[in-house]
Amino acid sequence: MQIVAYSCHYCAYAAADLAGVLRLSYPAAIRIVEVPCTGRLDVLEVLHAFEHGADGVMVAGCLEGDCHFQAGNLNARRRVARVKELITAVGLEPERIEMFNLSSAMGRQFADYAVKMTQQTASLGPSPLRAASGRVSRTGAGGDGLGTRREGSGDVGPSTQKTPAAHQERQR
Amino acid sequence: MSGEHLNGYKAGSHLERVLRAGHFAVTAELGPPQAADGDVIRKKAALLKGYCDAANITDNQTAIVRMSSIGAGAIALQEGLEPVIQMTCRDRNRLAMQSDLLGASALGMRNVLCLTGDHQSFGNHPTAKNVHDLDSVQLVQMVVGMRDKKAFQCGEEIKGAEPRFFVGAAANPFGDPFEWRPYRLGKKVEAGADFIQTQLIYNIERFAEFMENVRRLGLHQRVYLLAGIGPLKSPGMAKYMRDQVPGMDMPNELVDRMTQAAEGIDKEDKKARAAAWRDEGVRIAIEQINQLRKIEGVAGVHIMAIEWEEAVKLLVEGAGLYPRPEPASIPEADAGLTHE
Amino acid sequence: MIVAEQKPLDEIKGLIAEAEKVLVLGCGTCVTVCFAGGEKEAGILATSLRMASKIDGQPKDVTHTTVQRQCEWEYLDAVADQIREADIVVSVGCGIGVQAVVERFPEVWVVPGLNTSFMGLPTEQGVWEERCAACGSCILGLTGGICPIARCAKQLLNGPCGGSQNGVCEISKELPCAWQLIYDRLKSQNRLHLITQIQPPKDWSKSRDGGPRRITREDLRLAAEASE
Repeated sequence: MQIVAYSCHYCAYAAADLAGVLRLSYPAAIRIVEVPCTGRLDVLEVLHAFEHGADGVMVAGCLEGDCHFQAGNLNARRRVARVKELITAVGLEPERIEMFNLSSAMGRQFADYAVKMTQQTASLGPSPLRAASGRVSRTGAGGDGLGTRREGSGDVGPSTQKTPAAHQERQR
Repeated sequence: MSGEHLNGYKAGSHLERVLRAGHFAVTAELGPPQAADGDVIRKKAALLKGYCDAANITDNQTAIVRMSSIGAGAIALQEGLEPVIQMTCRDRNRLAMQSDLLGASALGMRNVLCLTGDHQSFGNHPTAKNVHDLDSVQLVQMVVGMRDKKAFQCGEEIKGAEPRFFVGAAANPFGDPFEWRPYRLGKKVEAGADFIQTQLIYNIERFAEFMENVRRLGLHQRVYLLAGIGPLKSPGMAKYMRDQVPGMDMPNELVDRMTQAAEGIDKEDKKARAAAWRDEGVRIAIEQINQLRKIEGVAGVHIMAIEWEEAVKLLVEGAGLYPRPEPASIPEADAGLTHE
Repeated sequence: MIVAEQKPLDEIKGLIAEAEKVLVLGCGTCVTVCFAGGEKEAGILATSLRMASKIDGQPKDVTHTTVQRQCEWEYLDAVADQIREADIVVSVGCGIGVQAVVERFPEVWVVPGLNTSFMGLPTEQGVWEERCAACGSCILGLTGGICPIARCAKQLLNGPCGGSQNGVCEISKELPCAWQLIYDRLKSQNRLHLITQIQPPKDWSKSRDGGPRRITREDLRLAAEASE
């Protein structure tokens, strides 16, 4: 399973880092992509993530009212809603993308949201776009069973990672 | 037919003669069925005949397809009820309207009411294309031009008999901008309207204010103005009109009066409650007719009892307007009528 | 500008059902500015069609490209090879763009990806409103620069109708009454006399009702073409 987590530099990305420092584990399926602000989120880019095999996308920005750039996270929320419409029309479940809000001090919440998104995605099964093409070319670090049915059953417990997110391979 | 023998009368309709003779006129409304059922017209005509001077036949009212006003009007004529043919600009262009006017005149209809028409989005064909080739002011001008200039809208002469109609138009005293309404009425008068029927009036004070402006412009001396009256059936209807109908001014006092009418009657006894509401609705309408009669420039009332034609008799009798006058037929040229 | 919006994906899928090689052709002018058919939207549509066809089990080869203006043949010629190679071209230009491609490449099957909606302007970011109906005989000089043909639901020339209440149209509380706007503007300019006169019936022959319209400027035609 592969979930792309577009994470804001000022909050979610730092929170993921904090989660790592605190030794909190979150599913290895999460692939963090740092963005300067979720307001930078581009609809076409997110679609490309799905096209290239992402099973889910989480967008993690600052708490509403606390955006470093004032309203980037509010704009991101609208774009996430738009992506939900677009992928529904394509034939994917809208639950494959969600928006989360948190602050840089909320390492615990980041891990919780990552688990929630992973479980939600797992319950939907692997993306039919990935299933149709077999393994995607860009695999994540670690033996997380990419493209297999194992995690599709909802069993996300054992496959976790503890390295600080900042050290993960970045996908842009 | 030609206008010469009319001795200054525009069309010589019963309605025109009642108004020219100085009587307080009563018109009513007859809504055609959503089917090809002529008996519905005959039944409604029987309820109205004798209690009004003419009855408006609506034209696809609220944009719902119904029997045509001219078709239903022909039946009303057979039944001895004089029709006022309503014609909206929504469904027909200037060709269709003129040809229908020729047909209606040939069938013996002598009154027409020129309307813009409710928007099609209100009706049962919301995906229809609307026409609005002309607007209501231009329609008045066209009907008057056909009658007085013997000319089609394009300017071409009508070589045979011209259609002769007593031409009406509508006015909504409560539409916005309120201060512009008398001027828009003035445009209809300028276009040649002979009579005006107003939208339903519930706020008499505000209507009186409107009439003051109408008199200031001298319009009441150039056109017969019939005030719109509609008996309320229930508090629900009053509330709906207050809250939902664009261009309607329904005072809270009337909503309260309707609500109080059924107080003390068992909630389960729906029949008795409905009867009490209707009695109160008729009482309110009669009071309003009496108030409207006192306003200078009001030449009559137009009773819109929607799907409740029986109420017309109650209102007309209750307001002391029964029996309806029988004006003399068109006088000879030297009879000396000086209205115009 | 011309304002358009994309057709539902299902409808576009239906239009291209038979084709394997699809070119989504964007336009860099009006529909770019209204975010309906520019480079970005052509990309989104192409991606969506690739994904949808893959999910449906019959992956299509969908590419996209965008020209500066679809409604001028010179710009289309620059991508002639891509257009000819495709089984089908989904034009996400306005209706003019679609027909420009059809006229320049008669052998190519072209379908629309947009519904061309109206001529208007953005009143705020993400909101566009109709302002002109191209009726062919402008009366904005009489109505204070507010068009009743484009903005009144009944195209009244002697408005407002009885349904105007609190500044809004009878068909929607979201829709300002054009004639209230006209009245307010003329009143503020002390020019209400402009609408006390009866405006005569409109000459609709200058509008679409006169058939498709054509303007010829002899001074601008090239001599060789003019003599044809």
